[in-house]
Amino acid sequence: MKRAFPILAVLTAFFLVYAFYQALWVAPTDALQGDVYRIIYYHVPSAWTAFLLFFINFIASVQYLANARPSTARAAKWIVIAIGIIGFVAPFIPQVKQQLPIGMYPSSVATMFLIITGLYFVIGKYFVDQNLDVLAVTTAEVGVVFCSIVLVTGPIWARPVWGIWWAPGDIRLTSTLVLWLIYVSYLVLRRFSDSAQTQKLAAVLAVFGALDVPLVYFSIWFFRTQHPQPVIGGGGSMDPRMLHVLLISWMAFLCFAFLVCWSRYRLEKLRREVEEAEALESLLEPAGLAGPSSVVKTPLSRGSK
Amino acid sequence: MRSFWSITLATLTKDIRLEWRSKDALNAMLFFSLLVVVIFVFSFDPLAEESRHIVGGLVWVAFLFAAVVALNQTWARELRNQVLDAYRVSPAPANALFLAKALGNFVLVSLLEALMAPLFVIFYNLRVLGPAWQLIPVALLGTWALVVNGTFFAAMSLRTRSRELMLPLLLFPVSIPAVLGMVAGTTNILTGESPAHFYIVLLLTYDVVFTTACLALFETVLQAE
Repeated sequence: MKRAFPILAVLTAFFLVYAFYQALWVAPTDALQGDVYRIIYYHVPSAWTAFLLFFINFIASVQYLANARPSTARAAKWIVIAIGIIGFVAPFIPQVKQQLPIGMYPSSVATMFLIITGLYFVIGKYFVDQNLDVLAVTTAEVGVVFCSIVLVTGPIWARPVWGIWWAPGDIRLTSTLVLWLIYVSYLVLRRFSDSAQTQKLAAVLAVFGALDVPLVYFSIWFFRTQHPQPVIGGGGSMDPRMLHVLLISWMAFLCFAFLVCWSRYRLEKLRREVEEAEALESLLEPAGLAGPSSVVKTPLSRGSK
Repeated sequence: MRSFWSITLATLTKDIRLEWRSKDALNAMLFFSLLVVVIFVFSFDPLAEESRHIVGGLVWVAFLFAAVVALNQTWARELRNQVLDAYRVSPAPANALFLAKALGNFVLVSLLEALMAPLFVIFYNLRVLGPAWQLIPVALLGTWALVVNGTFFAAMSLRTRSRELMLPLLLFPVSIPAVLGMVAGTTNILTGESPAHFYIVLLLTYDVVFTTACLALFETVLQAE
């Protein structure tokens, strides 16, 4: 596994350079916005990546809380399966179909629900106990970085195109900002917490944050329909060549995010091992168990994994 | 074993009696929000027409800050003499304790609002143009939204360093939709330009969602040591 890391790093670097080349030279210039629109190839992929990471954080937190007791773990499993089935079937019902926004196909909504359910079980299969928490902290940190990129590139793009840095009533801007705030407070909680149960408290906060996001979206949605903001673009169809570059860019960003997450994950695992080893040493030494002759084998002294 | 509600009631009356005898939190909150109101009066000197548009925001910002003062005191009393540990080992349901604390804070913050609202009316020469009775559901639902999450996060920040600072850091981001509902609802009622029904529904949804979440997760937070 460890040997795959540099290979992946080199591949990601190439991929990022290729995406950069595609974004700056291959993609056609926008008819209305000119070259300034090219920031989309950094703005949008970062946003998608950040949302994906936050979503993984939410799933890991739910799993962490649910796995505390077998009964809740079973209940959570069946609830997720039920959500998956309802989400898969519901978009094809004519009444629900009409409610979907224009441009959103029932099949794509159904696929999304299938992926969400699948993600829950995949994460549950490959990560257990403390690893779930390590995954949560990793995705939250990397997600905040990507979300910050979104919040910085957004105003840079908005200023020449819309004429303003920030549209206070816009739904996507505000919900992204609130999401960022929630996850920063999540990281602050992790940093400031004294308790040995920080993981549990953090997982609880992640669930609260996830509940909050739809409410933010809902409230701004109404707020905006009351006070229409003509400056907000969106909608319309995209040139297929632009979409192609956008997807390449997103793939490159996903690889990069995966790489960073992987390395952060390993770092956090090592940090915890060191902490455990130190705790073990301080327990053993006063008891006289660790005499000069019997060197305690701590996890630190093991060979490369 | 006594029933859920009798435990809730016993804890609630104990808290209210203690608060009534000492008046620690109430006095601090009242004076604090009075100071905030006075500072706002110095900072903004609007015409009557403008004031209708901004007072909704000012009122709720003042109450939000004052509520944090009260919420920080919620669990402080239980930390002395290890009362909270006694709660943990007792067979009483954790949610009874949580509900009692949340209701106690609700009473306290509502009392503060009832005392402070007339001050805003005097300082800003307010006259409500919309249906004034709708201010009552907005205030009650908004207060509960602040208090239920505030009580929960206050319990969570017990285990952190610089506890008093942590509470607003955790509470404010999650409270943004509730604050938006309260402010926009109040402004709509004051100006009478558009109906506030949506915001009442929004606050109700927020309250139901987060009360459920708090009740489902409070035991985890209480037992986390």
